[in-house]
Amino acid sequence: MSVALDITLCALILGVGWASVTGQGVFRAVIFFITYGLLLAIAWARLGAYDVALAEAAISAGLTGVLLLAAYGRLRRLNAGAEPPIAVNLPAAVVATGIAAGLVWAWFALPAPTAPDLSEVLPQSGVGNPVTAVLLNFRAWDTLLESIILLAALIGVWMLARDDAWEAPLGLPYHARPGGVLASFGRVLPPIGLIFGVYLVWAGADTTGGAFQGGTVLAAVCLVTMMAGILRAPRVAQPAWRAALVLGPGVFLLSGLAGALFAQGFLGLPPDLAKPAIVTIEAALTVSIAVTLVLLVIGPPDDGGHVA
Amino acid sequence: MSLSVFALTGAALVGLGVYGLLARAHMLRRVIAFNLIGSGLFLFFGAAAARSTDVDPIPQALIITGIVVALSTSALAVGLVVALARSTGKAYLPDDEGGA
Repeated sequence: MSVALDITLCALILGVGWASVTGQGVFRAVIFFITYGLLLAIAWARLGAYDVALAEAAISAGLTGVLLLAAYGRLRRLNAGAEPPIAVNLPAAVVATGIAAGLVWAWFALPAPTAPDLSEVLPQSGVGNPVTAVLLNFRAWDTLLESIILLAALIGVWMLARDDAWEAPLGLPYHARPGGVLASFGRVLPPIGLIFGVYLVWAGADTTGGAFQGGTVLAAVCLVTMMAGILRAPRVAQPAWRAALVLGPGVFLLSGLAGALFAQGFLGLPPDLAKPAIVTIEAALTVSIAVTLVLLVIGPPDDGGHVA
Repeated sequence: MSLSVFALTGAALVGLGVYGLLARAHMLRRVIAFNLIGSGLFLFFGAAAARSTDVDPIPQALIITGIVVALSTSALAVGLVVALARSTGKAYLPDDEGGA
């Protein structure tokens, strides 16, 4: 029974993925891709990776979907939304099939891995969720660099702004019809989303959730209120937003340096201080992740001006 | 059994993504195809990790990191696509014009 469910799910994923690559029309491809992300989140839940399922649904389907939809809207304004009729590209198909076949071979050829036994070290990590323990304690380097990658990507996006648009608010101006669906949802959803996002961060210490999933939900709340025209989009030069961007990586770096000076090394956490340290880092990271994701999705400052 | 289904789906998604990246000219399509490659690899990796007897949190943490990095990359790529369209009026590379 469960195998039948998995096969159906995978068939749906492949079908939707296929449609987003080979189907006609860029807009339709974006919609198929959002559906694809949601189906994939179910697949992750089937694999028992609930933290990944949350991240997939919130980040891949949700935020990437908004990002692609907004980009499609901008391209259409620039008359670049259309594409020529698509034809089958045989050499590309051969290469793609070869790579997929190689992965299939690897699946059957490679030995089954053995998971390291974390039951002894997990109590020392300060948190009960092993994924959070890995992200913020055992492999904190990855997470620190990841938060810096987010910042680097944002700087890259801002560098694409035109000089004369630099002082303009970030992103395109949104117009929501008063009394329309977006305007109403922009007032109803945020309180629920705020509670849910903060809960995900707090619960992430011991069960499913964490700074990235919670931060993404908070980012979504922020985006909805901006699109509904309730919250004004910030400008590049506003110091409060800049401070929010660097708060997480900054606190993380400082705690890492403190570990180098007083504990067993850079990013090392002494077991009795680990829980408060992780909660502090996660809280600061959540703020920065949420703000960085919002600014990444709404894009560089744009006055909606002329086409060069 | 189920794990193999997910792994083979992941492999097929990587193939699909590579095809889209090579064969589709519109740059937004290529961003989508790039994301298909990424998520296919994550699925393959996740299925491989689930093969071990105990639940292994390390691959899960790596995949979450990967998902966030993929979003950062997509945001930068989308920004570049819009900048390309703004300066040339097209969302294609010059090589792909007329083709595809």
